[in-house]
Amino acid sequence: MKYADEFRDKEIALGLAKAVRAEADPQKPYRFMEFCGGHTHAISRYGLEDLLPNNVRMIHGPGCPVCVLPAGRIDMAIRLSMRPDIILCVYGDLMRVPGSQGASLLKAKARGADVRMVYSTIDVIRIAEDNPGREVVFFAIGFETTTPPTAVMIRLAEKKKLENFTVFCNHVLTPPAMQNILESPDIRNIGRVEIDGFVGPAHVSTIIGTAPYEFFAEEFGKPVVIAGFEPLDMMQAILMLVRQVNEDRHEVENQYSRAVNRDGNLRAKEEVSDIFELRDQFEWRGLGQVPYSGLKLKRAYAKYDAEIRFLMNELRVDDNPACECGAILRGVKKPVDCKLFGTVCTPETPMGSCMVSSEGACAAHWTYGRFRDHQQRRAS
Amino acid sequence: MKPHQRKLDIRKGCVDLSHGSGGRAMAQLIAGLFHEAFGNEWLARGNDQSAFDVDAGRMVMTTDGYVVSPLFFPGGNIGSLAVHGTVNDIAMAGARPLYLSASFIIEEGFRFEDLKMIAESMGEAARTAGVHIITGDTKVVERGKADGLFISTAGVGVVPEGLDLSAGNARVGDRVLISGTLGDHGVAIMSKRQNLTFETEIVSDSASLNDLVARMVEAGGTGIRLMRDPTRGGLAATLNEIAQQSDLGFHLIEEAIPVKPGVAAACELLGLDPLYVANEGKLVAIVAPELAGAVLAAMRGHPLGRDAADIGEAVADDHHFVQMATSFGGGRIVDWLSGEQLPRIC
Repeated sequence: MKYADEFRDKEIALGLAKAVRAEADPQKPYRFMEFCGGHTHAISRYGLEDLLPNNVRMIHGPGCPVCVLPAGRIDMAIRLSMRPDIILCVYGDLMRVPGSQGASLLKAKARGADVRMVYSTIDVIRIAEDNPGREVVFFAIGFETTTPPTAVMIRLAEKKKLENFTVFCNHVLTPPAMQNILESPDIRNIGRVEIDGFVGPAHVSTIIGTAPYEFFAEEFGKPVVIAGFEPLDMMQAILMLVRQVNEDRHEVENQYSRAVNRDGNLRAKEEVSDIFELRDQFEWRGLGQVPYSGLKLKRAYAKYDAEIRFLMNELRVDDNPACECGAILRGVKKPVDCKLFGTVCTPETPMGSCMVSSEGACAAHWTYGRFRDHQQRRAS
Repeated sequence: MKPHQRKLDIRKGCVDLSHGSGGRAMAQLIAGLFHEAFGNEWLARGNDQSAFDVDAGRMVMTTDGYVVSPLFFPGGNIGSLAVHGTVNDIAMAGARPLYLSASFIIEEGFRFEDLKMIAESMGEAARTAGVHIITGDTKVVERGKADGLFISTAGVGVVPEGLDLSAGNARVGDRVLISGTLGDHGVAIMSKRQNLTFETEIVSDSASLNDLVARMVEAGGTGIRLMRDPTRGGLAATLNEIAQQSDLGFHLIEEAIPVKPGVAAACELLGLDPLYVANEGKLVAIVAPELAGAVLAAMRGHPLGRDAADIGEAVADDHHFVQMATSFGGGRIVDWLSGEQLPRIC
């Protein structure tokens, strides 16, 4: 496949792996967090861990938009979807994310809710036009990457004077979450693992650019390398991080220069800031309340805000107390350290955020990597 | 005086509740449409069942329901699929399929024209596979109670002497052979689903595999431990099932697994994995290592096995893992699919 296979080349991968092994100081731990679920998935899907020396360890961060959506927000959507006048449009993998007590939109659909899977926000507009007698609600989730399409959709609805269209906004922001991992008060309770560098988001950075990470790298003294989602991108980014650590640098470097620049997509950023504003707090499954990490519609666009139009009450659901997602997301624990992992918590019946989507740390380890646990046990 | 009955208006007419009520309309539909398409001596006798002679020996029997949406897809339709699927389930025992039954659950309002086309492709698929559809049933349900048309087929076949293929037969060291490219059917279907129309030249691989199987049995005999057609859940589900049933694991080589570039591209776009996508004209064979070469050569000599490949081996593993060396040089599990395979958001 042109433009994909080139970034999955085994020979180049082995060359990069050799360079990482040669340059990483065996006496020193290198603990890098990849923020994005897309990176987590690539690591697991291509078995990247097998190419890295033991002292270079990847910590899987909270950057899977489906995983971090709190159960309360899912419950709110389920409750709304049960109204007969509502058509709820969602992105595919949101369908099976569990709310409280095992409920999900997939199950709500089976009980009669009109929940439709869409592939683009344009589909939602079409559904709204085709169903003038129904209320069409878009369950908007995702990081900075999926926010511009939601903004475009609202503009389009305005232009078409659609009266039966609203957005249940759950868009979240990457930089505040990265910051939260390093400095949230929770760290006092669960301890923390030193993180030596970050693999920065791929698609998110095409929108926001590399500049927003500069403060972060400076303030926390951590190197950040923005990387693409292909496995070779990851390998190269890891090598770049190893070099920064060795040279005691903490800069923002851009491995993904074929798609990302310093300023990002100005047009998209403008659209987003015209329509959305920051929430004071937003809950992340696994991280808890993170200040200034979520977006809502500005007052001028309140007519498109489903939370206002349908008087949706905020619902909160506590995470299972035995669930270690908070510690796993911060790299303090590994999936196998959690009592729930692989017992009551599996991809079929996820209990915590990390097991929800295949991009979550636990689900990725369960689905692609758990054979290594048995290998290690046998070896020891 | 013979009562006058209006001819079925195939071009403009559609099925209504009277076509399932046991009266003249139903008789006319069955005779005019199904018998016409399936045409054989057993149906012509008009009994509620069909009698046939069997040789002494072992027989296999199977049944399957078809609810595919859309009903027509690139490379086939629900009718041809209903024949291929059941023929293949029989063939996976190494057996020669003989007779099929077909039941139709039709939603009122279904167009005769479509029904005729579907029945005709069933007839054609049956003739190609050398089987006969010798008994059937027709029910009509009210609008909204079926998605246009559901078909259920059952079939019987005879097993060559000495052959006993079964899910628990795989042994450590056996080779894993696949008859061709993965994911064609699933991607062809998805390309025509509502909300998701995309341009692709991929057509379904839906086909009867009994002739291919006959060649393989000639070449491999009892060296073929078992065969499966990786339909829903794809190759991943099939190998995980076999691993559990045979109490072992598998090691696969990703580079050896054939996938068409168009299928790989569509899967890439949708965030799917071809190993989990459905096939309707492919088989997996677990074969004793000393005969794997001969069986593979026999497969490649058949039009439906041109792209056949040896993709890995059975290994001892208490955990029944299906592991794969990725084309990138790492390792991973090919796990069961959890839930439905849904596109990822980013």
